[in-house]
Amino acid sequence: MEKLLIFTIVGLSLAAIYSIISSGLVLTYTTTGIFNFAHGAAGMLAAFTYWQLRFDWGWPAPVALFVVLVVLAPALGLLLERVIMRGLVGTTEATKLVVSISLLVGMIGLANVIWKPGVSRPMSTFFQGQTIDLGVTTITYHQAITIAVAILVAVGLRLLLFRTRMGVSMRANVDDRTLALLNGARPDRVAIYSWAVGSSLAALGGILIAPSIALDAASLSLVIVNAYAAAIFGRLRSLPLTFVGAIVIGLTEGYLFGYLPSDNQYLIGLRPAASVIILFLVLLVLPNPRLRTHGRLREFFPAPSMRGALLFAGIVLAGGVVMATTLDSVDAITYGQIFSIGIIALSLVPLVGLAGQISLAQLGFAGIGAVVMAHHGVGGNPLGVVLAVVVSAAVGALVALPVLRLSGIYLALATAAFAVALDRWIFNLPDFDIGPVHISIFTRGSVDVAPLKLFGYTFDSPARQLILANVVFVAVAMLVVAVRRSGFGRRLLAIRDSEAACATFGLNLVGTRLAVFTLSAGIAGLGGAVYATQLNSINPTRFDVVIGLPIFMLVVVGGAGLVGGALFAGASLNGLLPLVATLGNTAARWSTMAPGLVGIGLGRNPSGAVQDMSEGVLPLRRDHTVLAGMFATMALWYALRLLDVITNWPFVILLALTFVAANAAAMLRARPAAGAAEPEPALEWVGITSPWTPERVAAIDHALALDQVRVRAPT
Amino acid sequence: MLSPSTRYGSVPRLDVRGVSVRFGGNMALDDASLSADEGRVTGLIGPNGAGKTTLFNVVTGLLPPTSGTVAIDGVDITRLNPYKRARRGLARTFQRLELFTMLTVRENIRVAADIHRRWSRDKEDPAERTDAIIGRIGLRATADVRVTSLPTGQGRLVELGRALACNPRVLLLDEPASGQDDSETEQFSRLLRELADEGVAVVLVEHDVQLVMSVCDVISVLDFGRVIAKGTPAEIQSDEAVLTAYLGATAGST
Repeated sequence: MEKLLIFTIVGLSLAAIYSIISSGLVLTYTTTGIFNFAHGAAGMLAAFTYWQLRFDWGWPAPVALFVVLVVLAPALGLLLERVIMRGLVGTTEATKLVVSISLLVGMIGLANVIWKPGVSRPMSTFFQGQTIDLGVTTITYHQAITIAVAILVAVGLRLLLFRTRMGVSMRANVDDRTLALLNGARPDRVAIYSWAVGSSLAALGGILIAPSIALDAASLSLVIVNAYAAAIFGRLRSLPLTFVGAIVIGLTEGYLFGYLPSDNQYLIGLRPAASVIILFLVLLVLPNPRLRTHGRLREFFPAPSMRGALLFAGIVLAGGVVMATTLDSVDAITYGQIFSIGIIALSLVPLVGLAGQISLAQLGFAGIGAVVMAHHGVGGNPLGVVLAVVVSAAVGALVALPVLRLSGIYLALATAAFAVALDRWIFNLPDFDIGPVHISIFTRGSVDVAPLKLFGYTFDSPARQLILANVVFVAVAMLVVAVRRSGFGRRLLAIRDSEAACATFGLNLVGTRLAVFTLSAGIAGLGGAVYATQLNSINPTRFDVVIGLPIFMLVVVGGAGLVGGALFAGASLNGLLPLVATLGNTAARWSTMAPGLVGIGLGRNPSGAVQDMSEGVLPLRRDHTVLAGMFATMALWYALRLLDVITNWPFVILLALTFVAANAAAMLRARPAAGAAEPEPALEWVGITSPWTPERVAAIDHALALDQVRVRAPT
Repeated sequence: MLSPSTRYGSVPRLDVRGVSVRFGGNMALDDASLSADEGRVTGLIGPNGAGKTTLFNVVTGLLPPTSGTVAIDGVDITRLNPYKRARRGLARTFQRLELFTMLTVRENIRVAADIHRRWSRDKEDPAERTDAIIGRIGLRATADVRVTSLPTGQGRLVELGRALACNPRVLLLDEPASGQDDSETEQFSRLLRELADEGVAVVLVEHDVQLVMSVCDVISVLDFGRVIAKGTPAEIQSDEAVLTAYLGATAGST
């Protein structure tokens, strides 16, 4: 009985923290329409800052609390609203999610820059060691304070929303933003208040939970998963139901903590994964939402032409050959991952780019593929690759199935939760048996992967593995191009615009989405298998959810609808970042923040960077003479490199210079042709950028259909 | 199972009975009924906010009604998913365009033709069907243009083309002629007549009174979610309740 009480109290204090964090999340989501994945990360930054002030600099607790909760946290919320979130009004759900995920990655990066990871930072609870005697049992001051604060927050939010003018505006914004605006509410002021309050609540939660989790940037930021699992109870909108959800999850974790046999290594991970399991259960019973209409899309991805696709394939293959023949084995391992990570990134192109669905678990599926490859590709058996694809595709289908009937944001939440469950639980399981099937994962450590053997040829050196990854990448890229050009690809693009219209033609949305999700998980599994053969030995940290987020973001930043976007992601993560890292340790630490910073700017250019780049080289692509000259010159540098006349750095610089020179030459050659026939100015600029001539006036009249109107002479 | 033709005359092809939809305290539809027969153009008119689009959403399954039933050929479909209803021959256009913005006119229609081919027994080549429909709606000149660059009137034609690609038995058109000029409207009303003559049950929501009166066989009038009148165009034009709804006062009483 006493044990039950003790763990009820443990559970309730957890519930209190979750309810504080998730109420802030729900508040900002409902009033501004932005689901803030970085909400937990804001709490994490607050916890670190509090540690800095209170424990490292020794400030008194009330002063430190005041500075963090009342000054810094609202200021952060204000800054986020002003600089980033305001620009997201009217963008798609996917873009908003990407920006908030970028923020999450950026904040983790920032914390790691300021507070060097791996250093122990003890943080004591409030009134450490002091307890209140309740007769039957005792309760620590920290627990009592936590529960009291949660109740205060609940009451405070209720008063704020129902008793103040600002609260009424906030609720009006939830009901109908346009109508609220027409009636004199000021959504931008509401947004500022929401972000400030939400950010303070995140900070409060972060400070309260930090002593029990340990001060670690990633794990504190991922408390967000527990928080949104609670919010799902209220379908991300209802605060009272969110509190109910927090209590269910908190108590479950508390009782698991108390009653789970702590020596059982299978169940030990169940407690941290409990919120994820509850999340999936709740998703199963959520009612069907209304079908989405009017996807206002700013992004546009043109269908790749056959010629463009072949050119892409040729250049990437040539690049692979050059890399395999010039890099030493250490560099071949490092930069060869451009292509294996590129394959995992490619898995996002049909899913995110075409279907507009978000998965944050692709690296997790890759991890599953890698594990299958390790266990079934023994001795280089190619069956391992096949099984890697099949198993990860099947797991992907199973994960997505409960969520696909719900709207896009739930798929993002569920896949992120699944990825966290892999990290916290499944990837750390020892071997086990389900009936006759023996299942072996990472066997609580790392697993060796045999080099792949195909038709008697063994991919056993880094250079050979680089070629393997390169060829598989190109093959998958061509598959993705074929999907985009097929009827299936058109259907995916159609669903992205209007679920409702597709349904009225008789399309089974769930089936179509399931197909694309399964395809995507399968590709990720293939990428994982190839990645595994390059690594020789794999462990769970390679497939951590926090490592997977930048892949997702960089694909979107590069252009989620284009295979070039995937290459962009692979090349940035495994080409550019290692290159920067050669400049020194500080550069390497700062560079982990880069993906976050890049993603934040996405609101401005949702179609991605690759398209801008490819437009930039358009004259070059059209000018066959210069193109041929460029390739010939590059081949010459390559020959010099092979003959060891030059080393790698001069070789790379010469290649870059040749490209820049060729591009400039092509632009010069294209210019006179464009200048000869100056295009007619757009009609609205007549008289401003061009002279006001009778012909142009007639053209304006025609455009306005004025020439068809008969003017009746006054009688 | 009886074939639809033996049922003709006994059961209307589309039969909506006693449908109510409540949004909070607001009755968007209040015990509304509507039927449409094959070979006829049925008009559905009413002031803005009368519930016309809401009724279409209920019929196509995008919005669950608070009460009431929807049946096609006497079979109750009230509990079916939107896509299953479509497979029973229901197609529609949208008042606010729902075009696939990344695709061309041809691809927009092709998507619908492909989807139709997958679930129907009709195994005609979707590319050919698409081409025939583009000719029929008169968009050959702009067939390979991305739909976002079309004017609204032509966008509505693309929506009609997509609906036709599903070979519908019941076709719901939500203000298809708004944004069209006079010659386009005339062409459009001829097309509607043709479709009805081919045996489609056409339901037309439209504000262009001239078009409605000239092309419809029967008209229902909605006001504040209730059906206030039903009859031939001539009957509707002289109906007291309709005049009141549109003009706000009892016509002729002043």
